[in-house]
Order: sequence, then structure tokens, then C-alpha cells
Amino acid sequence: MASPSGTPTKITQGSQTKGGIGESTLRPDGTLKVTGEFAYSSDMWHEDMLWGQILRSTVAHAEIVSIDTGEALAMPGVYAVLTYDDLPTDVKNYGLEIQDTPVLAHGKVRHHGEPVALVAADHPETARRAAAKIKVDYRELPVITDEASATAPDALLVHENRDDHHAGHVPHPNIVHRQPIVRGDVTAARERADVIVEGEYTFGMQDQAFLGPESGLAVPEEDGGVHLYIATQWLHSDLRQIAPVLGLPEDKVRMTLSGVGGAFGGREDLSMQIHACLLALRTGKPVKIVYNRFESFFGHVHRHPAKLYYEHGATKDGKLTHLKARIVLDGGAYASASPAVVGNASSLSVGPYVVEDVDIEAIALYTNNPPCGAMRGFGAVQACFAYEAQMDKLAVKLGMDPVEFRRLNAMEQGTLLPTGQPVDSPAPVAELLRRVKAMPMPPERQWESSEGADVRQLPGGLSNTTHGEGVVRGVGYAVGIKNVGFSEGFDDYSTAKVRMEVLNGEPVATVHTAMAEVGQGGVTVHAQIARTELGVTQVTIHPADTQVGSAGSTSASRQTYVTGGAVKNSCELVREKVLEIGRRKFGSYHPAWATAELLLEGGKVVTDGGEVLSDLADVLEGEAVEVEAEWRHRPTEPFDLRTGQGNGHVQYSFAAHRAVVEVDTELGLVKVIELACAQDVGKALNPLSVLGQIQGGTTQGLGVAVMEEIVVDPKTAKVKNPSFTDYLIPTILDTPTIPVDVLELADEHAPYGLRGIGEAPTLSSTPAVLAAIRNATGLELNRTPVRPEHLTGTQLSEG
Amino acid sequence: MRVNFTVNGRPQEADDVWEGESLLYVLRERMGLPGSKNACEQGECGSCTVRLDGVPVCSCLVAAGQVEGREVVTVEGLADFAKQRAEGGGCASGACGTTLQNAQQWEAKGTDSHTGEGTELSTIQQAFIDAGAVQCGFCTPGLLVAADEMLERNPTPSDADIREALSGNLCRCTGYEKIMDAVRLAAARQSEAV
Repeated sequence: MASPSGTPTKITQGSQTKGGIGESTLRPDGTLKVTGEFAYSSDMWHEDMLWGQILRSTVAHAEIVSIDTGEALAMPGVYAVLTYDDLPTDVKNYGLEIQDTPVLAHGKVRHHGEPVALVAADHPETARRAAAKIKVDYRELPVITDEASATAPDALLVHENRDDHHAGHVPHPNIVHRQPIVRGDVTAARERADVIVEGEYTFGMQDQAFLGPESGLAVPEEDGGVHLYIATQWLHSDLRQIAPVLGLPEDKVRMTLSGVGGAFGGREDLSMQIHACLLALRTGKPVKIVYNRFESFFGHVHRHPAKLYYEHGATKDGKLTHLKARIVLDGGAYASASPAVVGNASSLSVGPYVVEDVDIEAIALYTNNPPCGAMRGFGAVQACFAYEAQMDKLAVKLGMDPVEFRRLNAMEQGTLLPTGQPVDSPAPVAELLRRVKAMPMPPERQWESSEGADVRQLPGGLSNTTHGEGVVRGVGYAVGIKNVGFSEGFDDYSTAKVRMEVLNGEPVATVHTAMAEVGQGGVTVHAQIARTELGVTQVTIHPADTQVGSAGSTSASRQTYVTGGAVKNSCELVREKVLEIGRRKFGSYHPAWATAELLLEGGKVVTDGGEVLSDLADVLEGEAVEVEAEWRHRPTEPFDLRTGQGNGHVQYSFAAHRAVVEVDTELGLVKVIELACAQDVGKALNPLSVLGQIQGGTTQGLGVAVMEEIVVDPKTAKVKNPSFTDYLIPTILDTPTIPVDVLELADEHAPYGLRGIGEAPTLSSTPAVLAAIRNATGLELNRTPVRPEHLTGTQLSEG
Repeated sequence: MRVNFTVNGRPQEADDVWEGESLLYVLRERMGLPGSKNACEQGECGSCTVRLDGVPVCSCLVAAGQVEGREVVTVEGLADFAKQRAEGGGCASGACGTTLQNAQQWEAKGTDSHTGEGTELSTIQQAFIDAGAVQCGFCTPGLLVAADEMLERNPTPSDADIREALSGNLCRCTGYEKIMDAVRLAAARQSEAV
């Protein structure tokens, strides 16, 4: 079939943008994005295409007694209706680590919104109406919604007959994974403590709420295969899960990355990928599926809600003695990334502090709540909320300044994590706190003007709820630690294909990777790396697809490090080949070809002394050089299942925040006035993009501090607010100025000394806002997000 | 049903429109103009913002039949729309919007969409690129239409004015700081150009 409209094309940048690493070059896709020409997966269009629709369960836990598709199939315009019985092979489940997620429900549904049947029709409304005509008879089962109901003696098992690799070491089949970390002697250390602080914290379920809903177009191919144009975070991981279900070899499932409207972890798991392919292969026609926002809330995993039980001790001179922590993450109905989230939550539960004696346990539950998995910050977010609340409580109890108390206990290069792993690169925790505290404070009573109060500057805003009466300011601080890259022994590699040739008399580099550009600016950085390494200005970014090796996931703050590292490595290999050609062609003309260190700069081959030996165009005349190579960072190890010891992490990322809030204490309304951030980024490859990551991450942390929460009814496990009317994310009015102080302390193990930066600011933002609200109100506030009733004492019934 | 309306200055005709279809659906699926985005279908996110007879609206909330005989400007037509406005002497002269005569003469310009470099952009579009206000870009079309309309009304907005005018447009990537920078930059460039 012909290519659909919206097929991504190569983007060449260089006639106006020339910068290498360290410069704020502009996005190569920027013009396409501001003119509306950039094609997102939902913009894909094919002549004669059909629209797919998914029927989802209306209940959380039930046996399926029967499914009747007759009426739906009989509707004019309907081409196919598929259920579990139509799946073509014995592989009927998928999953990132544990293949426990049914492509379509079989006999049972385990959460509200689980896919039950598929429809393809010639108009999306026809498909929706047909799906509504499918009759599913459910026999409801009791719902498992928390630790008590999951581990009760008579608890139903969410998954019976588990045989996954965690099944053998968990204390109960409704626990996905458990990771203890034991180090030192907590009992003895506790004896040394002059003060003990305990806390029980609750972290609400956050949604990634990327703006571009799940969508894609599957086009059947003449060889019996299928070409999927898709928005995802990792093409090859999708491919590995899709192909077996379709019964196709991986080379018959072609995947091309379409425009991605944000991700934040929510596209690590499959959504509509297999469904669209099944419908396309069944009907022989291209099938497009686009979720609406309502369906999107059911179509991807969320951030794990958590209960965190913490006990810290400290000596009267302010040194932490020990930590006892228990973290219970609700993984929902399917495993998704829960095991890795448990690994992160446990190994980073201490935070960026020196605590030598610890007794830590993290678990993830199977329940009938919505499945939870990856979201920006990935287990470290929940822990940071708890340990930072603890630090403030300890500082109060010791009569110390909260920032000074943190600085006194801050980790440094060489500090051991509770896993026994040394932090072997700069860890400027105390310095980040110092910097964020030193930033100028926003002026008081900014709402006052000559014409009276500007209500836009006040809590409640244009609702005109106060002109300053009852408004109290508070200031709070927090700092966090996030691992960078996939941990625990995962083979976390990336692949880059780099080609160099002469086009129209000018040397051009083409970079081809499978990296998912989800908005973070990886494509910008790849062009910068190619310019720096190859001395060209023109760089062509090839669309990401599965015609090149895996790039790994756009997650874990890892893409600039790992795929950036792969691009750098392939460029270096290309450079060697270019120099070989140069030596062959021109080596006899100048002895420096054989003796000097040679560089590619400004379109020329130059010696390290700056002498020009040749134009690159002359070297490459009639020749093209191409290299595809994998690149790996340092290997890691799994954590010991009993003690949690092991060199599990690759790198760390640190950020600190200061939040200034104003609270209308009478109505419980919060306005965040400023959220200042200081972060170490190792090396800012693109400073403008670095700021964008820090400010964006900070704002997502603000969201879960004061507004964002998926509310699940504890009686039915049904989602109560799957819309942007009821699930609120920060608007431009809710978001304050975010001044950023960027520190660049190189990590010698990483390419260019860079540090993965995307997640760390999401950690400390939330506890800083909470600390500021506590500071303003004097309330304890052990849960996030904070709602008005928590501040006014007019507590509504839970949920 | 058939709907006749003007899109980016050009008279258009959409056939076989189902009565329940939104303006957004007709633009995206029937006119080949997918620049306006669908992110919530309930008027909460602003990603589908277009101008309807000059007024910014969420096109997901406008029934297609309601636009009969009216003028729509989408992100695809924003550069030309802004250019014509500037050539018409700016809004102070009352010449904002596209006249019927101009509308009938409007034509898409050939641009190199492979590189984007060299494409003629409106001030607000260029400012969004230059200030780093674009990440995933899904909110960008709606924000551009809304910000351009605000600058037309209010060429020297305060920060509070900008936040108020853009409060109906959700962005999940940027934290809005670079969007604020972009609008300030566009306002400054427009005032220099006058």
C-alpha cells in the first residue's frame, strides 16, 4: 500500500543552525511544530482507512460470563469485531517484564477499563456505537484495593498460578516483588539516637497526562506483515511484545515512530499497538486508533500510589543515626514496571543523605486498582516525599534550620548508598541546597497595586475569593536523588547509525537511531553531537524506526546519556574511517596525516595544532562512510534479594527546590508563588533544553503537590475522574516563575561528563511545596496532593 | 449535510458531514488540516483552539454546522494571517482579520517542510521556536492561536495578562516558563517592528 499521509520524513538542519554541544541550538522539528505540519500519531491518515475502537470493562473485578458481538457485527460500516477467541496464536499476553497482561480479557477482568473487545468501522462514531452494542455479561467479584485486602487470609488472588521470576521470593502471591535492604545495625544505631521521628505518608495516584493521547495507524503489507506508525517510548520493546501475539517474525512487523505528544513514562507499556495491528491484519485495511482523553486515563499505567512508613533517628548535634522504612506501592492489576519501581523506591529510600544503618523494605501489590508503572521519577518520587517530610520534622525536633540540618547529613562523592554502592561521581547535595537558599526571595504581597488587589496574584485567582485576607506565606525546601539509566544488571545499550557523505559539494552527516523523540529534544542533541564530532554543519536526522538497532527506552533520564553516547561513539568510528580515506588519498602530500592528532572541524581535516590538511568534501568525494554500532554504559548488578546489596545503579542526578507559597487559610486555597530549583547537570549539552526539562519536571511535581490525583473508589475500584475537567493539571495560572541555577560538575564516567536530568526536578518539587504549605499553616500534612479540606479541617469523606 | 465556510482565507465545502461532528473533526479528517489538536474533546485543554470570525474558540466544542458561512483561522494559516494583519497596518487601524476579498485571493505558499528552515513564520511562531517554548509541541498550535490573538488585542501585555489569556491552554512539558518568554519576546519584536 502507499505510504500514509503523515509519514515522518528526514529533517535536515544546518543552513541556519550550526551549533555543537554546549550551545542552545534550536529544535530541528521546531518549524514543523509551530506551523501545524508536524504529524503526530493521531494525525496519520490513509486512504480507505478504518477506525478502531476498544470496548473496556465497566467493572474492576469480574468473571466474564458471556460476550455477544452479533448486534455490533451487523451494523452497517462495521468491518470486524474481535474478542479473545480471535487471537491468532498461543501468545495472548504481553508485559514489560512479566507477561501477565491479556491482549483482550479472557474469562475475567481485573481492573476498571480493561480491554474486552475490538471494533473496526469506517467512521469513528460508528465504531464507538458498535462497541456499545457488544453485550458483556459480568459476574462481579470482591475487589482487592489495598495491602490489607491483598494479603488477607481469604484474599482472592489477582493472578492465580504465578510462574514469573518473582513468584518464588514474595511473601504472598498478591505481592509482585519485594526488595529488602539491610545494612549496618539498626538496633544499635537506634540506641545512639537522641530524637526519633516517625511518620506515615500517603502519595496519591498521579497520571502522566501527556497531551497527545495514545494513537497509531497499522497498515497491512503485501508480504503478510504490518507497518505500525506509533507514538511510543521504545520501538524495539513494543516490537518484542507485539510480534509474538500476531504470530509474525519481528522483521514482518515494521515500526516507525510517529509524532509523540509527550510521554513521561506513560508510553513504556503497550496501549493500542497490538489492537490496531490485529484489526488491520483481519480486515486487510489500514486501521487507525486514537484514544480520547477519557480512554487515555484507562489506556496507560499511572504513577504508583504509595503508603510509606518511616522512622529516623538523629543525635542532638544533628547527625542521622538510622532509618527504618517500609514502602508499599500499589501496582494495580498488572505488573508493568512494578518490580523496577520497587528496586528504585527501596535503593533510593534514604535520599541523598548519609545513613549507615538501615532496615528497608519495599513491596508492590497486585490489586484491582488501575495498573501502575512508569512515570517520571519512578519510585524515587514517592520516597522523596516521605524522607523530606521526615527531615523537616527532625529539624524542628532538634531546633535546627531545615536546610542546615540537611546540609549536615548530605551525601558526598564516596558516600555509600544503603545498597553498599559508592557514589563515584560528584554529589553536590549541600551545594545545591546552599544555592537554592541563596536565591533572592520573591517580594511580599505582590498582589497589591495602586488599583487595589490584583486577584490574579492571589490564591483563588479570578474567582475573587480573597483580597489578601487570611493569606499566609510559607517557605519550604527539599532535595532528592534519582538514578539515571536502567539499573539492576539490565543490558541498557543503545545503537546509532551515522553516515557521512558529500551532497551538493558539502559534507553532510545523517544520524539514524530508534530513539523515541517524545518532546525532550533528543533530536536536537544528536545533531549537536554530530557537528561537534564530525565538523559538519548540515546534519540530517533520519526518522526513528526498527530498521536500525534498539535505542532503549526514552525514560530513566537516559537518552542523552545512552543514545547520545551511541551517537558520539558511532561518530568517532565514522571519523576514523574518514581519516583513513584521507590518509589513503592525501597522505603523501603532508606528513601530518601520519603523525598528528587529526580532528574534523569546520568542514575540514585539521591537526590538533590547527593546520588545515584537507576539505572534508575532497576526502569524501565519491565515498560515503557509514557505521552502525551499539554502545553501553558501565554494567550494573542486581540487588541481592535478601540484603539489597549490589552495585545496582549507573549514575545519579540531584536537584533541590525552594518553594514559596501563599495559602488562603480560611478557604484552603494554595498559590505557589515561586519554585526555585538548583540542579547539577554534569554538562549542559543544550542549555535551553536543560531549562525546559527542569521547569517541566518541577511543574509536574507541583501538580501532584496540590491538585493531581486519580481518585479510585475504594468500594468498587472504579476510577472517578477520568477527564481534564476532574483530573486537574497545572495551568499557566497555577504555575509560578521557576528560576533555575544550573551547576555543571562533570561525571567522568559519562559522555561529555553529562548527567541525565529529566527526572530529578520532579522529585524535590513536591516535598518543597508541601514543606512550604506546612510552614504557612502549621499543619502536619502527611499526604499528597493537598486538597482544600486538608487545610481547613473540613475533611470530606475519603475519596 | 454540507457545510460551507472559509478556512484560512479559502472558501471550503465539506460534504457528508454527520450532524454530530465537531469543527475540529471536519478540519482534521475532512479538510486535511490536522494542525489543530485533539487532546480532551471537552474544551479543557485548548489544544484545538482556532479563531472563528476572529474569536478564539475550542473547535472541539463547535458543531460543524455552526460554522456555516463563517471564517476560521487555524495554525496552518497563522503565518499568512499575521502577515496580512501587519501589512494592513496593525490592529489600531481596525484592519485585523482577513477581508473577504483577501480571503478569496489567499493561497498556500510553497515551503520546504523537510527542513523548515527558510519558512516564513509569524512573530509568535518564530518566538516559540527561539525561546524554547516547544517540546513535544502538541499544545503549541492552540497556544500560538491564543497568544497571537492576545497580542492583537493587547500588544504590551503584563505577565499577569499573558497568564490570564493563556489559562485555557494546557501544556504538560514546559512548565510554561519558556512560553511566557516566547510571548514576551513576540511582544517586544512586534513593538520594535512598528
